[in-house]
Formats: sequence, C-alpha cells, structure tokens
Amino acid sequence: MTITVAGNKKEYEEGLTVAALIEKEDVENAAYVTVTLNDDFVEKDNFETTVLKEGDVVEFLYFMGGGAR
Amino acid sequence: MLKLKKEHYDEIVKHCVAGLPNEACGLIAGTIDGDVKQIEKIYLLTNIDKSREHFSMDPKEQLAAVKDARANHYTMLGNFHSHPESPSRPSEEDKRLAYDSTAEYLILSLQEENHPVLKAFGVDKEKNVTVHEIEII
Repeated sequence: MTITVAGNKKEYEEGLTVAALIEKEDVENAAYVTVTLNDDFVEKDNFETTVLKEGDVVEFLYFMGGGAR
Repeated sequence: MLKLKKEHYDEIVKHCVAGLPNEACGLIAGTIDGDVKQIEKIYLLTNIDKSREHFSMDPKEQLAAVKDARANHYTMLGNFHSHPESPSRPSEEDKRLAYDSTAEYLILSLQEENHPVLKAFGVDKEKNVTVHEIEII
C-alpha cells in the first residue's frame, strides 16, 4: 500500500500499525512524538492498534515546549 | 549562521510582548544553503500552558504550520519562545525538551524593559548547548 509520511509517499505492507511505522521510520525520541492520521491526532494508547490503510497521510510532530527554569 | 529579516524579528518581539506576562512561542521555517539558514516564515503559535515559566505549543497549530511550510517548500528550521523574566539562554527544561539536534532554538529575553535580547542555540543529543549567530537583515 502507498501512504504519505511527513509529506513523502512510501510503500509499506498491509496491516502496518502506527507503532510499527514509528519503528520503521526510525523516529527519534518516539516517546515525545505526536502522530496525526489524516489530520486527526492519534492517542498514544492507540498506536499499537491503529492499522494504516492505502492513501493514509501520517505526520509526526515533536512535542515542543520548555520553560524558564 | 541564521539570517532573520527585520520584519520577522519585529513580528517575534511583538508576539512575545503581546503574550506577557506569559511565555510566547512560535515556529520558524525557511531554507538551508550550506551553513546559512534563512528564515522565510514565522508562525506565531499559542502557548497552551498559559504560563510565565513554561510553554507548550498548540499541536493543531503546529500541524498547520508544518503543512504550510511544506506547501511553500520551506524547511522547518526550529522554534522560538520568550523568557519574560530571565535571560536568553536555554533553561534545564528547555534543554531536556530539545529533541531535535538539528533545530534552531531561539529565545527572546524580555527581562529588561524595552531591551529585548534574541539569541539562537543548538542543543545536541548530549544536551550540550551551542550559541548560533543571528544576522538580522
């Protein structure tokens, strides 16, 4: 199947989950990454159970924050 | 070297002053040519923490900025945030939450009234901080 990951079209096998995609894409500091699937935010608890399908669009967003101390 | 247009610098300062007493934040996008990173677009984001000591960017606004930058063929270069009451240097929390060793982390200090100080930093995977030169053009 063809999916779009961070703006790039990629070929992956059917049945790929969001969690597996994070591994395959070698996402650094994955614990701090937010995932959107077709513009909807995917809850971290659902990464293992959310199965991607043909034409899906996935974005990885790093949490961006900080503080003055 | 980071190149920042004066109009964008003014936009950052205005956004951060408007956000007082809380920290304000945003994203910077542009082009990379060798060692030169040229900022071409500034995204003014909401600090959902609404705190004078912390910031977290609104993920929905972050997503919109990423998509807009891509549509304009820009690279997301990094982010900026303000320190309303402290100097322009990464705090321990800033360093801990700096997950991208290639990103530019801009900090605008508003500690001194009418004397904003903007500096850019890199934070490597070992959390070592490097000061990067900013040229305002």
